[in-house]
Amino acid sequence: MTTPTATAAASTKAPEKAAAPDPARLRRRRRLTQWGFVAPAVVFMLLFFGYPLVRNVVMSFQHYTPKTFFTGQAPFNGTDNWSAVLQDALFGKALWHTLVFTAGSLLGQFCIGLALAVFFSRRFPLNGVLRSLILLPWLVPMVVSGIVWRRILDQDTGVLNTFLGAIGLSGDTPWLTSPGMALLSVILVNIWIGIPFNMVILYGGLQEIPRELHEAASLDGASAWRAFRSVTLPMLRPVITVVLVLGFMSTVKILDLILALTDGGPADATQTLGTLTYQNSFVQLDFGAGAVVGNVLILISAAFAVFYLRANRTDGK
Amino acid sequence: MTAHPPVAAQRGRRRPRRAVTSFAAVAALVAGAALTGCAQQRDSDVYTVMNSSTDESYHRWDAEAMARCGTQLGIRIEQQSVPAAQVMTKALRMASSKSLPDIVQFDASEMPTFAEAGGLVDLRTLGLETDEIPQGIVEFGSYRGTYYGAARSVNTLALFYNKDTLDRAGLKVPATWDELRDTAKQLTEGKRYGLALSAGGAEDGVFQFTPFMWSNGGDETELDSPQVVEALDYWKALLQDGSLSRSTVNWTQADVNDQFMAGNAAMMINGPWQVETLDTDESLHWGIAQIPVPQAGDASVGPLGGAVLTVPETGDEDRQRTAGRIVACLAGEKEQLTYALNSWMVPAHEKAAAVWRDRVPELDALADQVAEARSRTGRLGAGWPSVSLALQSAFQSALTGQSSEAALKRAQQRATSGNRGTRP
Repeated sequence: MTTPTATAAASTKAPEKAAAPDPARLRRRRRLTQWGFVAPAVVFMLLFFGYPLVRNVVMSFQHYTPKTFFTGQAPFNGTDNWSAVLQDALFGKALWHTLVFTAGSLLGQFCIGLALAVFFSRRFPLNGVLRSLILLPWLVPMVVSGIVWRRILDQDTGVLNTFLGAIGLSGDTPWLTSPGMALLSVILVNIWIGIPFNMVILYGGLQEIPRELHEAASLDGASAWRAFRSVTLPMLRPVITVVLVLGFMSTVKILDLILALTDGGPADATQTLGTLTYQNSFVQLDFGAGAVVGNVLILISAAFAVFYLRANRTDGK
Repeated sequence: MTAHPPVAAQRGRRRPRRAVTSFAAVAALVAGAALTGCAQQRDSDVYTVMNSSTDESYHRWDAEAMARCGTQLGIRIEQQSVPAAQVMTKALRMASSKSLPDIVQFDASEMPTFAEAGGLVDLRTLGLETDEIPQGIVEFGSYRGTYYGAARSVNTLALFYNKDTLDRAGLKVPATWDELRDTAKQLTEGKRYGLALSAGGAEDGVFQFTPFMWSNGGDETELDSPQVVEALDYWKALLQDGSLSRSTVNWTQADVNDQFMAGNAAMMINGPWQVETLDTDESLHWGIAQIPVPQAGDASVGPLGGAVLTVPETGDEDRQRTAGRIVACLAGEKEQLTYALNSWMVPAHEKAAAVWRDRVPELDALADQVAEARSRTGRLGAGWPSVSLALQSAFQSALTGQSSEAALKRAQQRATSGNRGTRP
């Protein structure tokens, strides 16, 4: 049993039975096995997240053009791309639009989603049917909703204006055709798209809150609003963080919806960092400049991710 | 964000050898899979054409044409269709992995970019003749004097009008800007606008602005010239008259066609690719005319649109020569005519165009317009996309309230600084 060959033979058959010999070696073996399981994930991350990320950062310091695809040569040009992009008036505009779009969308999606979740957490007939109907926007592909909404919001022939006119309100609202209005309309459509997600997650969170807590609150004489504020909201906190962070991540990089609704127009009124990256990289084929905007987006998301991780850590303790 | 999970830092103090081995094994596997994905094995008898014929009818017409040419040349030709907006980026990616198809059909406005990057073969060296193709269309497929792209057909914009509406109002088809403005005003009534056009924030809008800019003597090299300002002011005037819907700034050319077909517009600026859809409505009697010009007697200069067949530089000269023969067949007189009759576009070939005029007399005006049409990239080549983006923003600003002059001045500044990417 003490000769190495014997140990090896025994361990392949039944490792747990060879418990006696060398605890240190065994621990090492276990660690190796653990590593073996982790390794594919690490490789996957490095390959599909690490590499593109590093590549994108490097690219933002390169003169990367269509020629590069043939020659493989992308000369470094220092901070040229960065200064060109950051000095472009459009970048400031797009950054501002992105922030307004993200904040507005999150606020709207969350408030309506929460209200609906609370509404549906009570029992009433047709609850399930209605709840699944509200999920519909989630099932429709983004581009399709974009195209449908573009028709609905058409100033002259759109259903929305026709409807508003019919009930005596202004039927001439320039939803997507006025630079002052377009961003708001795009936000409204995105809120519509985001409601189901918020509702489903928050609804799930609400189900987790023990009913006794609400009963106790009402025994203590708390009003419905007071119970919501002091019981429901605090109990929902972890779920709320998840909803907001995931919502943020998917909203800040918005591209498809805006392309389908307005193409960034009119007069750049709905340009966001997402559309700017797209235009730089895939219309102007200036991949270096596109990478700069992409990196800014990554930085913003990273800052938010750090915030999220911290918030989660304090939650756990 | 972090590729290494934090656990690794805590526990992996000593480097376990097997971990490294399994890491290496997985890495090798993944890398191997990735590499074999790139290096495509070329089949010696099968040739690939990449195009943007994702519509069922276009895909079918192309497949039939390729089958005929394949039989003629004794090879098999495969079609690979990707959405129009992805042809360029896909081709670039394929170039970097050395897996380019034998033929790529580029939109003519994109071809210069690929040619400038050194990715295309001079078609004349592959034995393609240009004697019977009008000079304008040879130039259309050329970049800096080299003939890289053979056009099968070309298209341009024209003025489509609803015959019944015009007849009922007792109006003539407008030929000058004043007449167009006047007619449009008179035809605007209730829910119906006199004219529809696309001023959307994409290439569609720019395409539609060019005939106004060029016919007025303006040019994309100087966006803030008085001629371009005047052209934009003319668009603004149409909008202020109420002859154009304010949704114009949000419409693509397909939207414009929908509005026209729904009777919400009496006239529209659009291209022959809409004819297939227009003809689905038998009660709609439409006619076609050249785009009105500033003064009677001016030439109506429209944008030349369409795709060109190119042979990318793959390094395999034998295959490139055969690819050249395929291009010659697909862009030859016979196939051009078939394609043009199917798709309502104008054949590039002179003889084919003559036959085409006889067969589709209702599109005669289009053939005239093509004769005068200009390519968007003729002057700027690969610099066009920057100018196009700046111009979109400018006419949208102007149509939504700004002065044309200020908007175009800013566009010109943006266009010159925006060329950093294409010109080192």
